[in-house]
Amino acid sequence: MFKFSSILAAGLAVGVSVGAQAGTLEDVKKRGSVSCGVSTGLAGFSQKDEKGAWSGLDVDVCKAVAAAVLGDSSKVQYKPLTAKERFTALQSGEIDLLSRNTTWTHTRDTSLGLNFAGVNYYDGQGFMVSNKLGVKSALELDGAAACIQAGTTTELNLADYFRANGMKYTAVTFDTSDQTRSGFESGRCDVLTSDQSQLYAIRIGLKDPDAAVVLPEVISKEPLGPVVRQGDDAWFNIVKWSMSALIEAEFLGVDSANVDKMKDEGKPGQKRLLGTEGDAGEKLGLSADWAYNIVKQVGNYGESFERNVGMDSPLKIARGLNAQWNQGGILYSPPVR
Amino acid sequence: MSAEHATAKSASFFNNPRNRALIYQALLLFGLGFFFYSIVSNALANMEARGIKSGFGFLFTASGFDILMSLVPYDATSTYGRTFLVGLLNTILVSIIGIILATLLGFVMGVAYFSNNWLVKRLSVVYVEIFRNIPLLLQVFFWYFAVLAALPSARESMAIGEVIFLNVRGLFLPDLIGESGSSIVYASIGVAVVAIYMMRRWAKKRQDDTGEQFPILWVGLGIFFGLPLLTALVTGLPFYWEFPELKGFNFRGGITVIPELMALTIALAVYTGAFIAEAVRAGVQSVPHGQTEAARSLGLKESRIMSLIIVPQAMRVIVPLLNSEYQSLVKNSTLATAIGYPDLFTVFVGTSLNQTGQAIEIVFMTMAVYFAINMTISFGMNRFNSAVALVERK
Repeated sequence: MFKFSSILAAGLAVGVSVGAQAGTLEDVKKRGSVSCGVSTGLAGFSQKDEKGAWSGLDVDVCKAVAAAVLGDSSKVQYKPLTAKERFTALQSGEIDLLSRNTTWTHTRDTSLGLNFAGVNYYDGQGFMVSNKLGVKSALELDGAAACIQAGTTTELNLADYFRANGMKYTAVTFDTSDQTRSGFESGRCDVLTSDQSQLYAIRIGLKDPDAAVVLPEVISKEPLGPVVRQGDDAWFNIVKWSMSALIEAEFLGVDSANVDKMKDEGKPGQKRLLGTEGDAGEKLGLSADWAYNIVKQVGNYGESFERNVGMDSPLKIARGLNAQWNQGGILYSPPVR
Repeated sequence: MSAEHATAKSASFFNNPRNRALIYQALLLFGLGFFFYSIVSNALANMEARGIKSGFGFLFTASGFDILMSLVPYDATSTYGRTFLVGLLNTILVSIIGIILATLLGFVMGVAYFSNNWLVKRLSVVYVEIFRNIPLLLQVFFWYFAVLAALPSARESMAIGEVIFLNVRGLFLPDLIGESGSSIVYASIGVAVVAIYMMRRWAKKRQDDTGEQFPILWVGLGIFFGLPLLTALVTGLPFYWEFPELKGFNFRGGITVIPELMALTIALAVYTGAFIAEAVRAGVQSVPHGQTEAARSLGLKESRIMSLIIVPQAMRVIVPLLNSEYQSLVKNSTLATAIGYPDLFTVFVGTSLNQTGQAIEIVFMTMAVYFAINMTISFGMNRFNSAVALVERK
């Protein structure tokens, strides 16, 4: 009889614990750190150095959220995830936020119970081939074997592209980005396909980067951005605006060097962002200096870009689409007002 | 429940031990039912609340991605249901080849342990100790990244007589393609198998009746190869060879054995073979030496002692062990995901799960498949076990 009643009690307990999912902000404050899902290692976006410190464009979003919520950008617990693991980790509540070069697609937005909080990098899928093949265009790749990472939009775009152009190919699918690289190096496949930013990152990781070339074709739109669970709008807003603050700071000309000066002497827009005017932070449920902390500790988007993937990094990626909208790009933050 | 009180007559319905037992069982059943019901309904409600899609409708939508190797026609327009089938067949393929190779290797190495040749015996010991003690994942990586990835590129393939090619993209073999009339030859293989079975029955009966032996092996081999060959000649050889040819980037035509399949089957066969060798050794050692001596004193040849006296008795120990080794092999085949062999785990729990996000349905289906495969193996091996079990006097 005891056995039965304990089972019944367990059953009831399971039945009652429905919907304890909102309140990520409270959880984060209580825990004192943001749990952030990143890649297992992708140069420029999320990578770990010899000392175990994470850096990258995606990592800076994690840091910005930590700075906004906890006032300290170092209070982040990084969870390296493969492409396959990432959504489950977010759905199950293991991480508070996923910032892992993840493409915003219709299916992911509508059927996974997730929300994309914006775009922090506009990317597109490209191809990398060995110089030896003498291939100049992706349209010459009929019959090639392609190395891809499992569980990505890349797999789907590739199939579309070859089908649309009436070409055949062999899909060699690996679990991680590193495995696709070693597959490419060993000659298992002729072409490695991924988002262009990743191709540059993978290319500099090759034993001989000059032996490979990135083809000019871009075959897809890949807007990459941070993701949160659906159903916690307060947290969704915090992540969305933390990322926007990075972009808006650059647009307003606020950077980590001049942020202290701007806070007191800046124009109204700058002061509103930095919390000396208005109540932007309060409306998010954060302190008034939320964006000040982001810019002071992480920098603005432009600084983060140049430091991680731009001219100050080994990747040397041009701003291109990722420049501000008034600089020829499409980066556009809604106004903080 | 205490059966000894069952005879006691009780005035009350509830004091009757039988009734009480039934009530307890019913309550337990109800409790368990409620427990699982609440888990399932809770999961569904939570998923609904979080906007996560559920249901099996995705099996009928187009997958949109390609798979490296499939035994049935498959492309990006095929459904997820088809993806499931492709993965399932690939898993079964690697399991069957793995089991056959592991059994052969295991039996050879297990018997080699009893060899009088010092070198052969040492070889068996070294093989077992090395491959049994290294993690399987490491061995899979070894075969894939160290051995097969070191092969030359497609344009510099190793070739045997310009018909068989081996390179980093795999092993390319000529394919025998049947023209009209080839089905008669395939049918003749079936006829040959039936004929061999009949012959064995006849030979056994004759030996029981007269004591005369019949050369089953040689006649059997003769029928198995002779009959189809004869049929092929009569029908005018309705076959042609399709040779692999280097066209553009890759070899086309013929049969392609992808390196992922090779690496995985070699790793599984070598690893499991080491355990089977140990099982065989244990089985042979379990047969008392007196059996061998008794057989010798009857004047049996050494080879017949092994096949008629030792092996049948050893099998009783070996078969239950084999059962679990085979099951482990099937489960271990999920390591395919580490090197990208498109087995069920890789294409379904890997890619499909990620593209659809329907974790519960996909993981459940996959678990059901491995459960079913292993139950089938278990069933077959149990039948085999009862066939080799000691037949007691009735």
